[in-house]
Amino acid sequence: MANVFIYPATSLILSDLVARFGHKPLGSALSVREHIQTAGFDSPPLQITPEDAKKGLKYAAVEVPSGVRGRMSLYGPLIEAAEGAIIVNDADYAFGCMGCARTNELIMFLVRQRGIPVLDLNYPANEKEGEEFVAAIKSFLDTLGETA
Amino acid sequence: MSRVRIAQLSCGPEYSGVQKEINDAAAAVDAEIFFPDIRLADVRRNFTSFGLNVRSPDLKLAIARAKGLVEGQLEADAVFIATCFRCAEAAIVRNELRRYIHENSTLPVVSYSFTERTTSGTLLTRMEALTTIARRRALLARERQEGLTMGVDSGSSTTKAIVMQDNRIIGTGWLPTTEVIGSAEAVMATALKEAGVNREDIQAVGTTGYGRFLVGEKIRADLIQEELTVNSKGAVFLADCQKGPATVIDIGGMDNKAISVQDGIPGTFTMGGICAGASGRFLEMTSKRLGVDITELGPLALKGMSRNVPMNSYCIVFGTQSLVNALAAGNSREDVAAAACHSVAEQVFEQQLQEVDIKEPVIMVGGSSLIGGLVKAMGDLLQTQIVVPQYSQYIGAVGAALLASGYKKFQSGG
Repeated sequence: MANVFIYPATSLILSDLVARFGHKPLGSALSVREHIQTAGFDSPPLQITPEDAKKGLKYAAVEVPSGVRGRMSLYGPLIEAAEGAIIVNDADYAFGCMGCARTNELIMFLVRQRGIPVLDLNYPANEKEGEEFVAAIKSFLDTLGETA
Repeated sequence: MSRVRIAQLSCGPEYSGVQKEINDAAAAVDAEIFFPDIRLADVRRNFTSFGLNVRSPDLKLAIARAKGLVEGQLEADAVFIATCFRCAEAAIVRNELRRYIHENSTLPVVSYSFTERTTSGTLLTRMEALTTIARRRALLARERQEGLTMGVDSGSSTTKAIVMQDNRIIGTGWLPTTEVIGSAEAVMATALKEAGVNREDIQAVGTTGYGRFLVGEKIRADLIQEELTVNSKGAVFLADCQKGPATVIDIGGMDNKAISVQDGIPGTFTMGGICAGASGRFLEMTSKRLGVDITELGPLALKGMSRNVPMNSYCIVFGTQSLVNALAAGNSREDVAAAACHSVAEQVFEQQLQEVDIKEPVIMVGGSSLIGGLVKAMGDLLQTQIVVPQYSQYIGAVGAALLASGYKKFQSGG
């Protein structure tokens, strides 16, 4: 079983696909759940505190907006832990949505910097492309299973 | 209206750890922050029709929600726009949404760029102004002062008191703020003495400024109100332009306010205080270094040429350094005074006045409006004749006395 970073990280469909094919999806559900389940904080809705924006300094300098650094404090550790990544470009909002374009650019860059296997896909526009989309993910994850 | 519902249009506060600070600031003024629900189809449609093709989905959502509010798909009493400090894409959206909402609806709107250090205390005055405009529009429409009332402005640098009777100022008091309560009691005593009335004769009292809560509770004020709405009322009252548009600029000791007013009611406003190089405090330091009283700085500056001395630092320390260097290089005190005034005006112009719609008349108020060199510098930058009404340094106290006169009637529904 390999750790697979998913993009959009908020995509439940993508997360489910990775889990169904026997791997561990690394996405928002994981990192946000950790924050929300950590006792002692009172910073709704995500339990992210100003300290998290400071933790994000590991990935982005202090002149980078706090929202980018706060997001990177969630996604940066996931990228570090990833052994593979699936990136879906131009996804529909309903499929999964990452709010900040600057953060997304940095995430893409850091994923590729890692040198891990990456599957790049375009969001399917019809049923046929949808089937190909799932097949490509399955094939990628099978390969990842062999190397992991 | 009891609990004011404020729609939040934002990108990033929940990831910066400041969403709770925003919620707390709203709760402190009996308001509720909410994220307007909008259908996915409306997000796409509203964003596309707005025409600002940004890339960040959270900003797209903010645009769609703004359109929903203006077009009546969504309901709110006021709007708070918040995006990350230093994000260029968000700054464009923030400014355009504020302008769009202001021009196309009657919703009061305020915007703010936050960092992870933003606290509820920083946001409180803005939230208070926002809810006041939503909740007390009828009170803010008041144009005449009635009866015998007093206003106290407990500011960061000075404390002022005004006694008014039947729409006339009959007593004034002014002191540097040292001990908050002590300074307030002293200026009230002076104003009452000048007016020739006793404290018990006063029918209503209003307080404003940084010390408004402390002073207001101590003297049992009828109205305790932030300075954004109070100064707007005071400015249009003193300048006699209660109908139509106006712009109010108050360069204070600790922060600056720029307020776009329509019929005496604030529409959009900014309140900044990030860098002291753009504050009245810098002019105080300049006058000290030049060895003149602050009241002499304006006339001195009017004799000088600002362009002879390079000075435009955001920071009060570096600004003072420029000042010292200019004097050491042999520049005249007049030119240095003019450069200091121009520096403050230019930074207020660049940092704050871009965020409000400047409409004539432009009224300058507060103690710094008495510095002629500063008023001239601002007039030159805005290419307009700035209005400085009589009693402009008492602006907060006048506004508080005016609003307090109507507050009891407003409370009783009259």
